[in-house]
Amino acid sequence: MKHCDAFIIGGSAGSLDVLLKVLPSLDLLLSFPIIIVLHRKPGTDNVLTGLLSSKTKLPVKEVEEKEKINRSTIYIAPSDYHLLIENNKTFSLDASEKVNFSRPSIDVIFQSAAEVYGEDLVCLLLSGSNNDGIEGLKKVKENGGMAIIQNPLSAAVSYMPAQAALHVNIDEVLEIEDIADYINQLSK
Amino acid sequence: MNLDSTEKSDEQIEILLSDALEKYGYDFTGYSRASLKRRIMRLYVLDQFVSFAEFRYKLRTEPGYFKRFLEQITINVTEMFRDPEFYKTLRKEVLPKLGTYPFIRIWVAGCSTGEEAYSISILLKELNFLKKSLIYATDINSSVLEKAAQAMIPLSKMKQYSENYIASGGSENFSDYYAANYSLARLNDDVKAKIVFSTHNLVSENSFNEFQLILCRNVIIYFDRQLQTNVFELFDNSLEKFGYLALGSKETLDFSTISKKYKRLDSAKIWQKIR
Repeated sequence: MKHCDAFIIGGSAGSLDVLLKVLPSLDLLLSFPIIIVLHRKPGTDNVLTGLLSSKTKLPVKEVEEKEKINRSTIYIAPSDYHLLIENNKTFSLDASEKVNFSRPSIDVIFQSAAEVYGEDLVCLLLSGSNNDGIEGLKKVKENGGMAIIQNPLSAAVSYMPAQAALHVNIDEVLEIEDIADYINQLSK
Repeated sequence: MNLDSTEKSDEQIEILLSDALEKYGYDFTGYSRASLKRRIMRLYVLDQFVSFAEFRYKLRTEPGYFKRFLEQITINVTEMFRDPEFYKTLRKEVLPKLGTYPFIRIWVAGCSTGEEAYSISILLKELNFLKKSLIYATDINSSVLEKAAQAMIPLSKMKQYSENYIASGGSENFSDYYAANYSLARLNDDVKAKIVFSTHNLVSENSFNEFQLILCRNVIIYFDRQLQTNVFELFDNSLEKFGYLALGSKETLDFSTISKKYKRLDSAKIWQKIR
Protein backbone atom coordinates (compact mmCIF):
# COMPACT_ATOMS: atom_id res chain seq x y z
CA MET A 1 0.00 0.00 0.00
CA LYS A 2 1.07 3.53 -0.78
CA HIS A 3 2.60 5.49 2.08
CA CYS A 4 0.71 8.76 2.51
CA ASP A 5 1.86 11.81 4.47
CA ALA A 6 -0.78 14.18 3.13
CA PHE A 7 -4.07 13.75 1.31
CA ILE A 8 -5.16 16.82 -0.62
CA ILE A 9 -8.55 17.33 -2.22
CA GLY A 10 -9.22 20.00 -4.85
CA GLY A 11 -12.74 20.78 -5.99
CA SER A 12 -14.84 23.31 -7.81
CA ALA A 13 -18.46 23.39 -8.99
CA GLY A 14 -20.33 20.31 -7.81
CA SER A 15 -17.71 19.13 -5.33
CA LEU A 16 -19.26 20.24 -2.04
CA ASP A 17 -21.90 17.49 -2.27
CA VAL A 18 -19.13 14.94 -2.72
CA LEU A 19 -17.41 16.08 0.46
CA LEU A 20 -20.67 16.00 2.41
CA LYS A 21 -21.06 12.35 1.40
CA VAL A 22 -17.44 11.36 2.02
CA LEU A 23 -16.75 12.97 5.39
CA PRO A 24 -19.20 10.92 7.54
CA SER A 25 -17.45 7.65 6.55
CA LEU A 26 -13.90 8.69 7.32
CA ASP A 27 -12.03 6.93 10.14
CA LEU A 28 -11.42 9.09 13.17
CA LEU A 29 -7.75 8.22 13.31
CA LEU A 30 -5.89 8.98 10.13
CA SER A 31 -2.12 8.83 9.85
CA PHE A 32 -2.11 11.98 7.70
CA PRO A 33 -3.94 15.32 7.34
CA ILE A 34 -6.67 15.96 4.78
CA ILE A 35 -6.29 19.34 3.14
CA ILE A 36 -9.24 20.70 1.16
CA VAL A 37 -9.09 23.48 -1.41
CA LEU A 38 -12.50 24.48 -2.76
CA HIS A 39 -13.34 27.27 -5.18
CA ARG A 40 -15.94 29.56 -3.68
CA LYS A 41 -17.00 33.12 -3.06
CA PRO A 42 -15.01 35.19 -0.53
CA GLY A 43 -16.68 35.70 2.84
CA THR A 44 -18.29 32.26 3.06
CA ASP A 45 -15.60 30.59 5.14
CA ASN A 46 -17.43 30.07 8.42
CA VAL A 47 -20.42 28.59 6.65
CA LEU A 48 -18.29 26.03 4.83
CA THR A 49 -16.23 25.05 7.87
CA GLY A 50 -19.39 24.69 9.95
CA LEU A 51 -21.10 22.63 7.29
CA LEU A 52 -18.19 20.23 6.87
CA SER A 53 -17.57 19.82 10.59
CA SER A 54 -21.21 18.85 11.08
CA LYS A 55 -20.46 15.77 8.94
CA THR A 56 -17.51 14.31 10.83
CA LYS A 57 -16.00 13.97 14.29
CA LEU A 58 -12.56 14.72 12.87
CA PRO A 59 -11.49 18.26 13.70
CA VAL A 60 -12.26 20.57 10.76
CA LYS A 61 -10.49 23.89 10.73
CA GLU A 62 -9.83 26.76 8.44
CA VAL A 63 -6.08 27.17 7.97
CA GLU A 64 -4.25 29.85 9.94
CA GLU A 65 -1.04 31.19 8.46
CA LYS A 66 2.12 29.40 9.77
CA GLU A 67 -0.07 26.71 11.33
CA LYS A 68 1.61 23.36 11.92
CA ILE A 69 0.04 20.54 9.93
CA ASN A 70 -1.26 17.69 12.10
CA ARG A 71 -2.53 14.23 11.21
CA SER A 72 -6.19 13.27 11.71
CA THR A 73 -7.23 16.83 10.97
CA ILE A 74 -9.21 18.30 8.07
CA TYR A 75 -7.89 21.66 6.92
CA ILE A 76 -9.88 24.05 4.75
CA ALA A 77 -8.08 26.66 2.62
CA PRO A 78 -9.53 30.10 3.43
CA SER A 79 -11.22 31.92 0.57
CA ASP A 80 -9.30 34.64 -1.25
CA TYR A 81 -5.85 33.24 -0.35
CA HIS A 82 -3.62 30.71 -2.05
CA LEU A 83 -2.50 27.93 0.25
CA LEU A 84 1.09 26.68 0.23
CA ILE A 85 3.17 24.30 2.33
CA GLU A 86 6.61 25.02 3.74
CA ASN A 87 9.43 22.46 3.99
CA ASN A 88 8.89 22.29 7.75
CA LYS A 89 5.26 21.11 7.20
CA THR A 90 3.56 24.33 8.12
CA PHE A 91 1.02 26.25 6.06
CA SER A 92 1.66 29.55 4.28
CA LEU A 93 -0.97 31.85 2.83
CA ASP A 94 -0.47 34.04 -0.20
CA ALA A 95 -2.75 36.80 -1.50
CA SER A 96 -1.14 37.05 -4.95
CA GLU A 97 -2.88 37.07 -8.33
CA LYS A 98 -5.57 34.52 -9.09
CA VAL A 99 -4.43 31.39 -10.91
CA ASN A 100 -6.92 29.86 -13.37
CA PHE A 101 -9.32 32.63 -12.29
CA SER A 102 -9.18 31.12 -8.80
CA ARG A 103 -7.87 32.01 -5.36
CA PRO A 104 -7.34 29.63 -3.68
CA SER A 105 -6.00 27.76 -6.70
CA ILE A 106 -5.80 23.97 -6.72
CA ASP A 107 -2.69 24.09 -8.92
CA VAL A 108 -0.88 26.18 -6.31
CA ILE A 109 -1.52 23.78 -3.42
CA PHE A 110 -0.82 20.64 -5.49
CA GLN A 111 2.46 22.06 -6.82
CA SER A 112 3.59 23.31 -3.44
CA ALA A 113 2.71 20.04 -1.69
CA ALA A 114 4.43 18.03 -4.43
CA GLU A 115 7.70 19.81 -3.63
CA VAL A 116 7.43 19.11 0.07
CA TYR A 117 5.88 15.63 0.25
CA GLY A 118 7.25 14.13 -2.97
CA GLU A 119 6.20 10.49 -3.30
CA ASP A 120 4.29 10.51 -0.01
CA LEU A 121 1.53 12.69 -1.41
CA VAL A 122 -1.91 11.71 -2.69
CA CYS A 123 -4.04 14.30 -4.49
CA LEU A 124 -7.69 13.95 -5.47
CA LEU A 125 -9.40 16.20 -8.02
CA LEU A 126 -13.19 16.42 -7.86
CA SER A 127 -16.01 17.83 -9.96
CA GLY A 128 -15.55 21.25 -11.54
CA SER A 129 -15.85 23.43 -14.59
CA ASN A 130 -12.38 24.88 -15.10
CA ASN A 131 -8.80 23.81 -15.69
CA ASP A 132 -7.49 24.31 -12.18
CA GLY A 133 -5.60 21.35 -10.75
CA ILE A 134 -4.34 19.85 -14.01
CA GLU A 135 -0.84 21.40 -13.90
CA GLY A 136 -0.71 20.63 -10.21
CA LEU A 137 -1.46 16.93 -10.75
CA LYS A 138 1.30 16.80 -13.38
CA LYS A 139 3.76 18.12 -10.81
CA VAL A 140 2.53 15.62 -8.22
CA LYS A 141 3.22 12.80 -10.66
CA GLU A 142 6.66 14.17 -11.61
CA ASN A 143 7.62 14.13 -7.95
CA GLY A 144 6.43 10.57 -7.44
CA GLY A 145 3.08 11.22 -5.75
CA MET A 146 -0.33 9.82 -6.67
CA ALA A 147 -3.00 11.55 -8.77
CA ILE A 148 -6.62 10.47 -8.34
CA ILE A 149 -9.82 11.85 -9.83
CA GLN A 150 -13.51 11.54 -9.22
CA ASN A 151 -15.08 9.60 -12.10
CA PRO A 152 -15.99 12.33 -14.63
CA LEU A 153 -18.99 10.26 -15.77
CA SER A 154 -20.64 10.52 -12.38
CA ALA A 155 -19.30 13.97 -11.42
CA ALA A 156 -21.87 16.77 -11.23
CA VAL A 157 -19.59 18.80 -13.53
CA SER A 158 -17.30 16.48 -15.45
CA TYR A 159 -15.00 19.00 -17.16
CA MET A 160 -12.24 19.30 -14.53
CA PRO A 161 -11.66 15.60 -13.78
CA ALA A 162 -12.13 14.79 -17.48
CA GLN A 163 -9.39 17.26 -18.43
CA ALA A 164 -7.15 15.73 -15.78
CA ALA A 165 -7.76 12.28 -17.25
CA LEU A 166 -6.81 13.60 -20.70
CA HIS A 167 -3.59 15.30 -19.67
CA VAL A 168 -2.27 13.43 -16.65
CA ASN A 169 -1.35 9.82 -16.06
CA ILE A 170 -4.04 9.20 -13.44
CA ASP A 171 -3.53 6.44 -10.84
CA GLU A 172 -7.13 5.87 -9.79
CA VAL A 173 -10.61 6.90 -10.87
CA LEU A 174 -13.03 6.79 -7.94
CA GLU A 175 -16.79 6.79 -7.50
CA ILE A 176 -18.15 9.02 -4.75
CA GLU A 177 -19.07 6.05 -2.55
CA ASP A 178 -15.55 4.61 -2.79
CA ILE A 179 -13.62 7.74 -1.81
CA ALA A 180 -13.92 7.40 1.99
CA ASP A 181 -12.81 3.74 1.92
CA TYR A 182 -9.90 4.66 -0.28
CA ILE A 183 -8.75 7.33 2.15
CA ASN A 184 -9.20 5.05 5.17
CA GLN A 185 -7.10 2.32 3.57
CA LEU A 186 -4.21 4.74 3.00
CA SER A 187 -4.01 5.28 6.74
CA LYS A 188 -1.88 3.09 8.93
CA MET B 1 17.19 26.44 -12.40
CA ASN B 2 17.09 22.81 -11.65
CA LEU B 3 13.42 22.08 -11.96
CA ASP B 4 13.88 18.34 -11.40
CA SER B 5 15.06 18.37 -7.86
CA THR B 6 13.44 20.20 -4.97
CA GLU B 7 16.62 20.16 -2.85
CA LYS B 8 18.68 21.61 -5.68
CA SER B 9 16.20 24.38 -6.44
CA ASP B 10 15.89 25.21 -2.73
CA GLU B 11 19.66 25.72 -2.64
CA GLN B 12 19.55 27.90 -5.71
CA ILE B 13 16.89 30.11 -4.16
CA GLU B 14 19.16 30.65 -1.14
CA ILE B 15 22.01 31.67 -3.45
CA LEU B 16 19.81 34.26 -5.17
CA LEU B 17 18.65 35.64 -1.82
CA SER B 18 22.20 36.08 -0.57
CA ASP B 19 23.10 37.78 -3.88
CA ALA B 20 20.17 40.19 -3.46
CA LEU B 21 21.39 41.07 0.01
CA GLU B 22 25.07 41.33 -0.85
CA LYS B 23 24.77 43.19 -4.17
CA TYR B 24 21.68 45.32 -3.63
CA GLY B 25 21.06 45.42 0.12
CA TYR B 26 17.59 43.85 -0.05
CA ASP B 27 17.13 41.21 2.61
CA PHE B 28 14.58 38.54 1.72
CA THR B 29 16.05 35.89 3.97
CA GLY B 30 13.26 36.37 6.53
CA TYR B 31 10.54 35.74 3.95
CA SER B 32 8.53 32.51 4.01
CA ARG B 33 10.05 30.31 1.38
CA ALA B 34 7.09 28.55 -0.29
CA SER B 35 5.54 31.70 -1.70
CA LEU B 36 8.87 33.36 -2.48
CA LYS B 37 10.11 30.29 -4.31
CA ARG B 38 6.94 30.14 -6.36
CA ARG B 39 7.39 33.79 -7.41
CA ILE B 40 11.05 33.29 -8.34
CA MET B 41 10.33 30.11 -10.33
CA ARG B 42 7.51 31.91 -12.09
CA LEU B 43 9.86 34.74 -13.11
CA TYR B 44 12.48 32.24 -14.29
CA VAL B 45 9.95 30.63 -16.61
CA LEU B 46 8.38 33.94 -17.67
CA ASP B 47 11.74 35.43 -18.72
CA GLN B 48 12.76 32.20 -20.46
CA PHE B 49 16.08 31.55 -18.81
CA VAL B 50 17.84 28.38 -19.87
CA SER B 51 19.97 27.90 -16.79
CA PHE B 52 20.25 28.97 -13.20
CA ALA B 53 23.73 30.36 -13.95
CA GLU B 54 22.33 32.68 -16.60
CA PHE B 55 19.54 33.86 -14.28
CA ARG B 56 21.97 34.50 -11.45
CA TYR B 57 24.46 36.32 -13.67
CA LYS B 58 21.84 38.69 -15.05
CA LEU B 59 20.55 39.39 -11.56
CA ARG B 60 24.03 40.11 -10.21
CA THR B 61 25.26 42.25 -13.07
CA GLU B 62 22.20 44.21 -14.22
CA PRO B 63 20.63 46.53 -11.62
CA GLY B 64 17.80 47.17 -14.09
CA TYR B 65 16.97 43.49 -14.02
CA PHE B 66 17.09 43.42 -10.26
CA LYS B 67 14.40 46.11 -10.30
CA ARG B 68 12.23 43.78 -12.35
CA PHE B 69 13.02 40.93 -9.96
CA LEU B 70 11.91 43.09 -7.04
CA GLU B 71 8.67 44.05 -8.81
CA GLN B 72 7.90 40.47 -9.73
CA ILE B 73 8.63 38.65 -6.49
CA THR B 74 6.84 41.11 -4.22
CA ILE B 75 3.08 40.79 -4.29
CA ASN B 76 1.10 43.79 -5.39
CA VAL B 77 -2.47 42.58 -5.42
CA THR B 78 -4.74 45.11 -3.76
CA GLU B 79 -8.27 46.49 -3.98
CA MET B 80 -10.18 49.52 -2.82
CA PHE B 81 -12.31 48.63 0.23
CA ARG B 82 -11.08 45.02 0.20
CA ASP B 83 -12.89 43.13 3.00
CA PRO B 84 -15.80 45.59 3.30
CA GLU B 85 -16.51 44.52 6.89
CA PHE B 86 -13.06 45.71 7.86
CA TYR B 87 -13.73 49.17 6.44
CA LYS B 88 -17.10 49.24 8.16
CA THR B 89 -15.30 48.83 11.50
CA LEU B 90 -12.84 51.59 10.60
CA ARG B 91 -15.69 53.90 9.67
CA LYS B 92 -17.92 53.13 12.65
CA GLU B 93 -15.48 52.43 15.50
CA VAL B 94 -11.89 53.42 14.86
CA LEU B 95 -11.86 56.64 12.86
CA PRO B 96 -14.51 58.41 15.01
CA LYS B 97 -12.19 57.88 18.01
CA LEU B 98 -9.24 59.30 16.08
CA GLY B 99 -11.42 62.26 15.13
CA THR B 100 -11.06 63.58 18.67
CA TYR B 101 -7.34 64.24 18.05
CA PRO B 102 -6.26 67.65 16.70
CA PHE B 103 -4.18 65.93 14.03
CA ILE B 104 -4.41 62.38 12.67
CA ARG B 105 -1.38 60.50 11.35
CA ILE B 106 -1.92 57.17 9.57
CA TRP B 107 0.64 54.77 8.14
CA VAL B 108 -0.29 52.33 5.39
CA ALA B 109 2.69 49.94 5.40
CA GLY B 110 3.05 47.87 2.22
CA CYS B 111 0.63 50.08 0.30
CA SER B 112 1.39 48.65 -3.15
CA THR B 113 -0.44 50.69 -5.81
CA GLY B 114 -2.26 52.78 -3.21
CA GLU B 115 -5.84 51.49 -3.28
CA GLU B 116 -5.97 51.06 0.48
CA ALA B 117 -4.62 54.56 1.14
CA TYR B 118 -7.23 55.99 -1.22
CA SER B 119 -9.98 54.06 0.55
CA ILE B 120 -8.89 55.49 3.93
CA SER B 121 -8.75 58.95 2.42
CA ILE B 122 -12.36 58.60 1.23
CA LEU B 123 -13.48 57.46 4.68
CA LEU B 124 -11.73 60.41 6.33
CA LYS B 125 -13.29 62.79 3.84
CA GLU B 126 -16.78 61.47 4.51
CA LEU B 127 -16.22 61.81 8.27
CA ASN B 128 -14.91 65.37 7.77
CA PHE B 129 -11.47 64.51 9.22
CA LEU B 130 -9.45 64.59 6.02
CA LYS B 131 -8.28 68.20 6.44
CA LYS B 132 -6.54 67.39 9.71
CA SER B 133 -5.15 64.04 8.57
CA LEU B 134 -2.00 62.86 6.88
CA ILE B 135 -1.61 59.39 5.40
CA TYR B 136 1.90 58.00 4.94
CA ALA B 137 1.77 55.20 2.38
CA THR B 138 4.96 53.19 2.02
CA ASP B 139 6.19 50.20 0.06
CA ILE B 140 9.51 48.43 -0.56
CA ASN B 141 8.95 48.68 -4.31
CA SER B 142 9.40 52.11 -5.91
CA SER B 143 7.69 51.14 -9.18
CA VAL B 144 4.33 50.51 -7.51
CA LEU B 145 4.64 53.84 -5.70
CA GLU B 146 5.06 55.68 -9.00
CA LYS B 147 1.86 54.03 -10.11
CA ALA B 148 0.14 54.83 -6.83
CA ALA B 149 1.00 58.52 -7.12
CA GLN B 150 -0.74 58.69 -10.50
CA ALA B 151 -4.02 57.51 -8.97
CA MET B 152 -5.19 56.02 -12.24
CA ILE B 153 -7.18 52.82 -11.88
CA PRO B 154 -8.51 50.64 -14.71
CA LEU B 155 -12.15 51.53 -15.13
CA SER B 156 -12.98 47.83 -15.31
CA LYS B 157 -12.09 47.49 -11.62
CA MET B 158 -14.27 50.33 -10.44
CA LYS B 159 -17.46 48.28 -10.51
CA GLN B 160 -16.03 45.85 -7.95
CA TYR B 161 -14.63 48.71 -5.86
CA SER B 162 -17.99 50.45 -5.95
CA GLU B 163 -19.69 47.28 -4.68
CA ASN B 164 -17.05 46.97 -1.94
CA TYR B 165 -17.62 50.62 -1.00
CA ILE B 166 -21.36 50.13 -0.62
CA ALA B 167 -20.88 46.89 1.33
CA SER B 168 -18.53 48.75 3.68
CA GLY B 169 -21.29 51.21 4.59
CA GLY B 170 -20.54 53.94 2.07
CA SER B 171 -23.60 55.96 1.15
CA GLU B 172 -22.22 58.58 -1.22
CA ASN B 173 -22.12 58.20 -4.96
CA PHE B 174 -18.83 56.35 -5.46
CA SER B 175 -18.45 57.59 -9.02
CA ASP B 176 -18.19 61.16 -7.70
CA TYR B 177 -14.68 60.29 -6.48
CA TYR B 178 -13.20 59.82 -9.93
CA ALA B 179 -13.39 60.94 -13.52
CA ALA B 180 -13.49 58.38 -16.30
CA ASN B 181 -10.74 58.92 -18.84
CA TYR B 182 -10.96 56.38 -21.67
CA SER B 183 -10.29 53.04 -19.96
CA LEU B 184 -8.97 54.60 -16.76
CA ALA B 185 -10.55 56.12 -13.70
CA ARG B 186 -8.62 59.12 -12.45
CA LEU B 187 -9.19 59.68 -8.75
CA ASN B 188 -10.01 63.26 -7.74
CA ASP B 189 -7.21 65.43 -6.42
CA ASP B 190 -8.80 65.80 -3.00
CA VAL B 191 -8.73 62.00 -2.55
CA LYS B 192 -4.96 61.98 -2.97
CA ALA B 193 -4.12 65.40 -1.49
CA LYS B 194 -3.39 64.07 2.01
CA ILE B 195 -1.38 61.01 1.03
CA VAL B 196 2.43 60.97 1.01
CA PHE B 197 3.91 58.03 -0.90
CA SER B 198 7.43 56.96 -0.01
CA THR B 199 9.66 53.89 -0.12
CA HIS B 200 10.24 52.10 3.15
CA ASN B 201 11.58 48.62 3.77
CA LEU B 202 9.96 47.00 6.80
CA VAL B 203 12.82 44.53 7.02
CA SER B 204 15.70 46.97 7.32
CA GLU B 205 14.42 50.44 8.17
CA ASN B 206 13.39 52.04 11.44
CA SER B 207 10.38 53.89 12.68
CA PHE B 208 10.02 57.33 11.07
CA ASN B 209 7.10 58.87 12.98
CA GLU B 210 4.38 58.25 15.56
CA PHE B 211 0.97 57.29 14.33
CA GLN B 212 -2.53 56.78 15.69
CA LEU B 213 -3.34 54.12 13.11
CA ILE B 214 -1.09 51.70 11.26
CA LEU B 215 -2.49 49.45 8.55
CA CYS B 216 -0.39 46.55 7.35
CA ARG B 217 -2.66 44.05 5.69
CA ASN B 218 -1.57 40.92 3.84
CA VAL B 219 2.10 41.81 4.16
CA ILE B 220 3.35 39.86 7.17
CA ILE B 221 1.91 36.58 5.85
CA TYR B 222 5.01 36.56 3.64
CA PHE B 223 7.39 36.88 6.61
CA ASP B 224 8.67 34.14 8.89
CA ARG B 225 7.92 34.32 12.62
CA GLN B 226 11.17 36.03 13.53
CA LEU B 227 10.71 38.75 10.94
CA GLN B 228 7.07 39.13 11.98
CA THR B 229 8.27 39.74 15.53
CA ASN B 230 10.73 42.40 14.38
CA VAL B 231 8.09 44.15 12.28
CA PHE B 232 5.57 44.12 15.14
CA GLU B 233 8.19 45.76 17.36
CA LEU B 234 8.72 48.39 14.68
CA PHE B 235 4.98 49.04 14.61
CA ASP B 236 4.83 49.17 18.41
CA ASN B 237 7.59 51.79 18.38
CA SER B 238 5.64 53.77 15.78
CA LEU B 239 2.25 53.72 17.47
CA GLU B 240 0.97 56.15 20.10
CA LYS B 241 -0.70 54.78 23.19
CA PHE B 242 -4.37 54.06 22.37
CA GLY B 243 -3.46 53.92 18.70
CA TYR B 244 -4.64 51.09 16.44
CA LEU B 245 -2.88 48.42 14.41
CA ALA B 246 -4.85 46.78 11.57
CA LEU B 247 -3.78 43.47 10.02
CA GLY B 248 -5.13 41.29 7.19
CA SER B 249 -8.04 38.95 7.75
CA LYS B 250 -5.78 35.91 8.25
CA GLU B 251 -3.04 37.62 10.26
CA THR B 252 -2.72 37.86 14.02
CA LEU B 253 -0.76 39.59 16.75
CA ASP B 254 -1.36 36.65 19.10
CA PHE B 255 2.07 35.02 18.85
CA SER B 256 4.07 38.21 19.09
CA THR B 257 6.05 39.65 21.99
CA ILE B 258 3.98 42.86 21.97
CA SER B 259 0.58 41.18 22.13
CA LYS B 260 0.11 41.76 25.88
CA LYS B 261 0.14 45.51 25.30
CA TYR B 262 -2.75 45.25 22.88
CA LYS B 263 -6.45 44.51 22.96
CA ARG B 264 -8.27 43.23 19.90
CA LEU B 265 -11.56 44.73 18.72
CA ASP B 266 -14.34 42.16 18.44
CA SER B 267 -15.37 42.99 14.92
CA ALA B 268 -12.12 43.01 12.95
CA LYS B 269 -8.41 42.20 12.91
CA ILE B 270 -7.68 45.52 14.58
CA TRP B 271 -5.73 45.83 17.84
CA GLN B 272 -5.65 48.85 20.16
CA LYS B 273 -2.49 49.65 22.09
CA ILE B 274 -3.63 49.86 25.69
CA ARG B 275 -0.34 50.12 27.55
